[in-house]
Amino acid sequence: MNAHLWANSLNSVLNHPLGSTLVITVSWPVLALACLFRPHSVRYVARFLFPLGALLCVMMFLLAGAFLISGHSPESMTLPLGLPDLPFHVRLDALSAFFLLILGFAGAGISTFAAGYFRSGEGTAPGLLGLHYHVFLASMAVVMLADDAYLFMVAWETMALSSYFLVTSQHRIPEIRRAGFLYLLMAHIGAVCILLSFGVMQGGSWQFTFDAMRSASLTPFWATVAFTLALLGFGAKAGLVPMHVWLPEAHPAAPSPVSAMMSGIMLKTAIYGLLRVTFDLLHVQFWQWGVAVLALGLFSALFGVIFAGVQTDMKRLLAYSSIENVGLIFTGIGLSILFAASNLRLFAALALAAALIHALNHSLFKSMLFLATGSVLHATRQRSLGKLGGLIRSMPWVAALALVGTLAIAGLPPLNGFVSEWLLLQSFLYTPQLPHAFINMLIPLGAAALALTVALAAYVMVKFYGVIFLGQPREASLAHAHDANWLERIGLAWLAAGCIAIGVQPQLALHAVGKSTGMLVGQTIAPDPSVWRIAPIAPEQASYSGWIFLAVILCTVAITFLAVRLLAHGRIRKTVPWDCGYPWQTSRMQDTAEGFGQPIRHMFGAFFRMERELPAPTDLTPRYRVHVEDRFWRALYQPIATAVQRLADAISFLQGGRLAFYLLFSFLTLLGLLVFVL
Amino acid sequence: MRGIAFVWQFGEVILAIALAPLFSGWIAQCRAWMQNRTAPPLTQPYRMLRKLFNKDAALAENASRLFRTAPYVLFGTMVLAAAIIPSVVTDLPFARAADSIALIGLFATARVFQALAAMDIGTAFGTLGARREMMIGFLAEPAMLMVFFNAFLLFGSTALTSVVDNYATHPSVIDPSVMFAAIAFVMVLLAENARIPIDNPATHLELTMIHEAMVLEYSARHLALIEWASSLKIFNYACIGLALFLPWGIAIHGAHVGSVLFALSALLVKLAACGAALALIESVSAKLRIFRAPEFMAMAFLIAVLGLLVHLLLGANTGA
Repeated sequence: MNAHLWANSLNSVLNHPLGSTLVITVSWPVLALACLFRPHSVRYVARFLFPLGALLCVMMFLLAGAFLISGHSPESMTLPLGLPDLPFHVRLDALSAFFLLILGFAGAGISTFAAGYFRSGEGTAPGLLGLHYHVFLASMAVVMLADDAYLFMVAWETMALSSYFLVTSQHRIPEIRRAGFLYLLMAHIGAVCILLSFGVMQGGSWQFTFDAMRSASLTPFWATVAFTLALLGFGAKAGLVPMHVWLPEAHPAAPSPVSAMMSGIMLKTAIYGLLRVTFDLLHVQFWQWGVAVLALGLFSALFGVIFAGVQTDMKRLLAYSSIENVGLIFTGIGLSILFAASNLRLFAALALAAALIHALNHSLFKSMLFLATGSVLHATRQRSLGKLGGLIRSMPWVAALALVGTLAIAGLPPLNGFVSEWLLLQSFLYTPQLPHAFINMLIPLGAAALALTVALAAYVMVKFYGVIFLGQPREASLAHAHDANWLERIGLAWLAAGCIAIGVQPQLALHAVGKSTGMLVGQTIAPDPSVWRIAPIAPEQASYSGWIFLAVILCTVAITFLAVRLLAHGRIRKTVPWDCGYPWQTSRMQDTAEGFGQPIRHMFGAFFRMERELPAPTDLTPRYRVHVEDRFWRALYQPIATAVQRLADAISFLQGGRLAFYLLFSFLTLLGLLVFVL
Repeated sequence: MRGIAFVWQFGEVILAIALAPLFSGWIAQCRAWMQNRTAPPLTQPYRMLRKLFNKDAALAENASRLFRTAPYVLFGTMVLAAAIIPSVVTDLPFARAADSIALIGLFATARVFQALAAMDIGTAFGTLGARREMMIGFLAEPAMLMVFFNAFLLFGSTALTSVVDNYATHPSVIDPSVMFAAIAFVMVLLAENARIPIDNPATHLELTMIHEAMVLEYSARHLALIEWASSLKIFNYACIGLALFLPWGIAIHGAHVGSVLFALSALLVKLAACGAALALIESVSAKLRIFRAPEFMAMAFLIAVLGLLVHLLLGANTGA
């Protein structure tokens, strides 16, 4: 009887996926309010409410997954909320469900970790953090569910504001306040662009539902204007070069679970928005759009990874690596637009699948690495790579799990990062078939830029992992570093399991994106009929099997190990490191983070503005300093900032300080508006 | 039918594992002849492996588990690569696990593990070697990818077994781009396998080392596995080159014992010629300074791109 009841209720949940997701989405703000009940109690907020939030994330993940598997048709609903005559519309379709799946899976890991991470005495009270954190989660879910521009913008702004408060949770530090301001500024510039884009897309009908925008017919000029505005707006949120400047400031400033959330999930809302606008609302009209997205994406990817290579702060390094990964996702989207606009639907689906799977992958490994830096930060109080080292011995759990994330983000088989990069390279192989002269010769070279980016990412991640976890500790205090607690380990392990699962069984990911690509470009990539491999176009052309990779390598390792033990012996003598017989070595003789960045500074010097102080041979206290700066700051942002300052100075006479004048201004404005409207 | 395929698969892997040290020994022998030195016997690498396996391992006190696992992982990745590359037959069940792009990823996995292991002890030379190896890696990968891109345009596949099959069924495909791709591939092979002009496998000067600097802390069985994996790596690269550019003789689908024996002898002849050619290149060129390496690799990349453009331009002409 009881089992029957359960089965029935489960059925009804699965039959009303939109309602159920809405219930979960509303439960997060309820949790957020509950956080205010005892805001200073770490035990109540972190150990009790955060695990509940993680549970909701798991449910969201399962629901979205069930929706994607079940073949449910899109479901929409009009909510009795909003302004009069302007109600909120929500809709759950394959694309929303896929991004909700990302939100649920990554969110579950991050919330579990956060439950173990937050302690008292660090910046804002845990209750306030919990409030912003859960509002942030809910607003991202609403962004993905929104079906009209009004609700979308409300959720988008809530997301920006709640994350702003999370970034500035340690607001007593001036740099963090500065980073928060920059973040808020860029978020709003982006939001304005998106708002204008929606304004163009309604096409004079003054209907702001996405349905109306889908059927609106725009002239090519206005469609391109809408697309450009959307690319700028969503690009600013995603950290596309040259709108990336906020990202390396804001991500390190936030507490680690928040960095993980912003990098792992929030950047994906921008990807979602761009896909929704370009493919769903504007129906991909011109291949030139694809070239623009592709060029920006490739440049961002290369730019991000080169800057990541020269960073000396572990969280800044990961932030630049996020720019790289967003660039890779945009590269896939650009290719997909190119193919779709040239009516090569199958290849468009391949490129889009690569982009979507990379978005999923990035949410797993980047969140995980940000969380791992959080554990390192708690254990050592150090963020600078120059003061870490050797933590694999004192923090074996974090080191082992971070190794999975490191290998995954470096794009190595049989982990998940490789799968999406492989699919992306596969889709590049078909670019010579594009029906545009010269473009089809230039774009294959993009594959080389992509290969360079991926290989550089491996370099950067060897630097990241090697300098933090391997070698000798660079500071004496590191010997007492403690490992992460159990909740933190579970959070990390959950994300690591995702990395391994997608890497070994990439069909899972292909299934998850199949309906989205079907919806957006009208084709799906069929996973190979044999379950143990993927072959996106045809097995004779290219195939990949994570199972065989893992199985053969593991078997060989096991057999070799046994053979060596049986035929030879396992004797070991512990000694001091040999190092070619040099008599004494200190931890300062290892390569530093700066040293690891040296080849990159040397080869890609054109990207940087570099200041260097080299010690003279006679210096008694030699000091080496190198400072690397983004050229975009001086070339683009400072002139704009100066111009805004000048403009503000020029019109500051309006601010006379007399109330009568202000009332006069208001009156004149009203008068003007009345004339304009009538 | 499938059963026999697994026999070929297994046999090919065993062959690669067994032959790889011999191939390295052959290159060393050719080098010695060309440089007027007394050549070591062909079996020298095997004796070396036996000696190393019987020694006690001297392990640094602070070595972590990663350091001790890495040699096994390295060996495992190279064995997997040998299982994927069609050196004797193309009817390989495991070959579908990876096309050539995944093969680049596989070699990258080996490289990253080796670099991480080199950083584990925290000595000056280890980290130096790791950094340089990763640098050569990111310079070599784009060039390598362009070579495979070229092969894809010619044969419509990135799976090496399909490339060989297609070559056997359409042997008339001779394209000038193949020459460019072959030159670029040889340059990548030299760089990736720690050969002159990028690295000198016989060097004793620590500051110029790349590969050797990474394995300085290894001894005994761990070192033996690494050495074996290195010789497997160059053997694998040679077999990739043969599959792409000189695939004649390789037994294609429906192989029987006779054709496999023929393929085996063809492989031995080709490898012998390859080894001699490699030794010749190494003997007549000088080692480059480490910061000249980017130029060398950029040249390899540009040659590969040139091949690609030649193919696309010629293709456009014939198409019109």
